[in-house]
Amino acid sequence: MATKNLLQAIHEGLVEEMRADESVMVLGEDVGRAGGVFRVTQDLQEEFGAMRVMDTPLAESLIVGSAIGLSVNGMRPVAEIQFADFIAPAFDQIVNEAAKFYYRSNGAWSCPITIRAPYGVVPGGALYHSQSVEAWFCNTPGLKVVAPTYPADAKAMLKSSIRDPNPVLFLEHKRTYRLIKEEVPEDDYEVPLGEARVHREGTDITVVAYGLMLYTALEVAGKLSDEQDIETEVVEPRTLYPLDKETILDSAKKTGKTLVISEANLTGSYAGEISSLIAEEAFEWLDGPVMRLGAPDVPAAAFARPMMEYFLPSAERIEEAMLELARY
Amino acid sequence: MAIRETSVRHEELGLDEDDLRRMHYHMLLARRVDERSWILNRQGKAAFVISCQGQEGAQVGAAYNLRPGYDYLYPYYRDSGMTMLLGQTPRDQLLSLLGKKDDPNSGGRQMPGHYSGREQNIVTVSAPVGVQYPQAAGTALAFKMRGEDGVVLVCGGEASTSGGDWHEAMNFAGIHDLPVVFFVENNVYAISVPVKFQVAGSIARRAEGYGFPGHEVDGNDVLATYEVAREAFERARAGEGPTLIEAKTYRMTAHSSDDDDRRYREREEIEEWRQKDPIVRFEKYLLDNGVLDEAERDEISERIKAEVAEASEYAENAPFADPEDVLAGVYAEG
Repeated sequence: MATKNLLQAIHEGLVEEMRADESVMVLGEDVGRAGGVFRVTQDLQEEFGAMRVMDTPLAESLIVGSAIGLSVNGMRPVAEIQFADFIAPAFDQIVNEAAKFYYRSNGAWSCPITIRAPYGVVPGGALYHSQSVEAWFCNTPGLKVVAPTYPADAKAMLKSSIRDPNPVLFLEHKRTYRLIKEEVPEDDYEVPLGEARVHREGTDITVVAYGLMLYTALEVAGKLSDEQDIETEVVEPRTLYPLDKETILDSAKKTGKTLVISEANLTGSYAGEISSLIAEEAFEWLDGPVMRLGAPDVPAAAFARPMMEYFLPSAERIEEAMLELARY
Repeated sequence: MAIRETSVRHEELGLDEDDLRRMHYHMLLARRVDERSWILNRQGKAAFVISCQGQEGAQVGAAYNLRPGYDYLYPYYRDSGMTMLLGQTPRDQLLSLLGKKDDPNSGGRQMPGHYSGREQNIVTVSAPVGVQYPQAAGTALAFKMRGEDGVVLVCGGEASTSGGDWHEAMNFAGIHDLPVVFFVENNVYAISVPVKFQVAGSIARRAEGYGFPGHEVDGNDVLATYEVAREAFERARAGEGPTLIEAKTYRMTAHSSDDDDRRYREREEIEEWRQKDPIVRFEKYLLDNGVLDEAERDEISERIKAEVAEASEYAENAPFADPEDVLAGVYAEG
C-alpha cells in the first residue's frame, strides 16, 4: 500500500472509476491537456482521450448543465469547477435542476453527476479563490454535499459519489491537497456517503470539524491531552448533507460539551445547523453551551498574508475555545 | 395549376396523406385539450393553465422528425403539441393539469406544462427559462461520444435566448458539432414584454456567429416548419452538427391563467394573428388538396371533442396522491 496525499488519492479514485466504467468521464476548465490547475486530472486525457476528459469553454452553467444532459443519456460525468468561488453561475443548474430532477419527475429521471470543487482559504487565494461554499448548498434536498478531508476517505468517497444515482457536490479543501500523506489502499474499498467518522475518542469535550480545521482541531486535541489531560472526541461529518446526525449526537451526548468549527463565515454557516441539531436533540445531556467557531463575517479572504491568517480560526483560538468549553 | 403545385408540396417532403392527417389530428388535439384546460380553470377546478394555442403548427412540424424513445426531446412548458405527438394522451395532460396522482410528468408535484416521459425520452421540464439548453447539449454529446445517430430537439420561447445558458449551449454545440436542434418558438411575447424589447437583431442569424446554420421559418405553417426541421435532423444524424431554427409564431392566449394580457396588447393584434391560425391554415391546405373533405374534418373534430371530454371526466375523477407522498422520492436509491 502506498502513501498518498489528498490530491493523489482523488486522482487515483478517478482513474480507477474511469477504467472500470466507460460511462465515467471528466469535464471542466483546463482538465484535459493541462491536467487541471491543481493536477488532479493529470495524464487522464492521455489515457482516456479528449472526449472523455474534455476541456470545456469557460462557462460553469454549461459545465454542470451539460453534465446533467450527459447523465440523462447514460453517462456518469464528473464535472470540475476550477474553484468553488466560481460555482455561482452553475447554481441554477445544481440547485434547481440536478437536485430536483428525480423528485420533480416523480422518480422518472435521476441525475447521477458528481461536481468536484476545490474550496477553502489558501495563501494567495484572495477573495475569489478562498470561499467555503457549503452552506449555499446544504439547504437543497435532492443534492448530496460531501467534504472528505483524509486521502483514503476522499478516494473511496469519490467512487461512492460517482456510483451514486444522485447529484453529489464533492468539496476538496485545496490547502489540504498536499498537507498530509497516508496509506491509501489500491483496491476497491467502501466509504459510503452519509457516514461521519470519529477520529479520536474522548470523554471531556467533542469537536466537530472538517477540512483544514479538522487537522488543526486534531493537533490541538493531541496537545490538550498531553498537557492537560483533556480528552477530546473529534468527529468529522465527511458528508455534510444529508448529515449523519446519529454519530454527532452520540458524541455530543457522551461528552455533554460540543464545539463546532469551520472556516466558513460564521453567520449562516453549516456549523449553525450542526449546533442547532445538538441543542435540540441532545439538550438534556449538555453540560455547557454548544459553541461555534468560524471566520468573521467578512469576505473570505484577504490577499495579504497577515490579513488572511487573521481571518482563519487559528490553533490558538481553537485551543482557547476548547479550554473554555472544557471548564463548564 | 395552383392546386397541383401545392399538392406537390407535401409529396416533395416525403409526407403521405396519413402523415398529414396525423399532423392535423395532433394540432387540433393540442388545441382542444388546451381549450378544455381553460374551461376547467374558469370552473375553479384547475389552478393554473399555460397554453400552446397558436404554436401547434410549429410544435407538430418540428417534433414530427423525432424517433420517440430514441431521440431526446427537451420541450418547454407550451409544447403539449410535441408531447402528445410522442405518445402522451389527453388524459395525461389533464391529470397533470389537475395535479393528480397519475400525472405522468410529476405525480402532481409540478405545475402543468412541466413535461416528463422516460419512455418517450421527454426530459423533465422546469420553470427557470433557458436551463434546458446546456442539458440538451450534454445529451447530444453523449450520442456523439458513443457514435450513435441520435438527435436532441431542444425548445424554448424567444426570451429563452436572452440568458447565458442559450449562448453557452450554442457555443458548445458549435465547437463539437453536436447533434442538437435548437428550436426557438418566437411567439412575440414573454409575459408582457414584446419581442422588440427582448431580442436585438435576429435570433436565427446568431447561429452564424457560432458557426452553424440558422433558419427563420413561418411557424404557423406546419409543413414549412417540418421541412426546415427535417433538414436540421438530417444534418445532425449525419454528424454535421447543430442547427438553429427560429419559428415565427404567436401566443394567442394570455401568458397563463394568472395573466391579463389586456394590460399590454391590443385586441386587434390578436385578431390579425387569428387570421393566420396554423390549424385553420392547415385545414385549408388539406381541404384544397382533397386530403380531407368537410365531412371528414367535422368527424375528426367531433372525435377529438369526445376524446377530450372523456379525458376531462377521467382526470376530474382521478385521485390525488396521498399527502405524505410529498415526502417520498427526494433521492434515488441504489
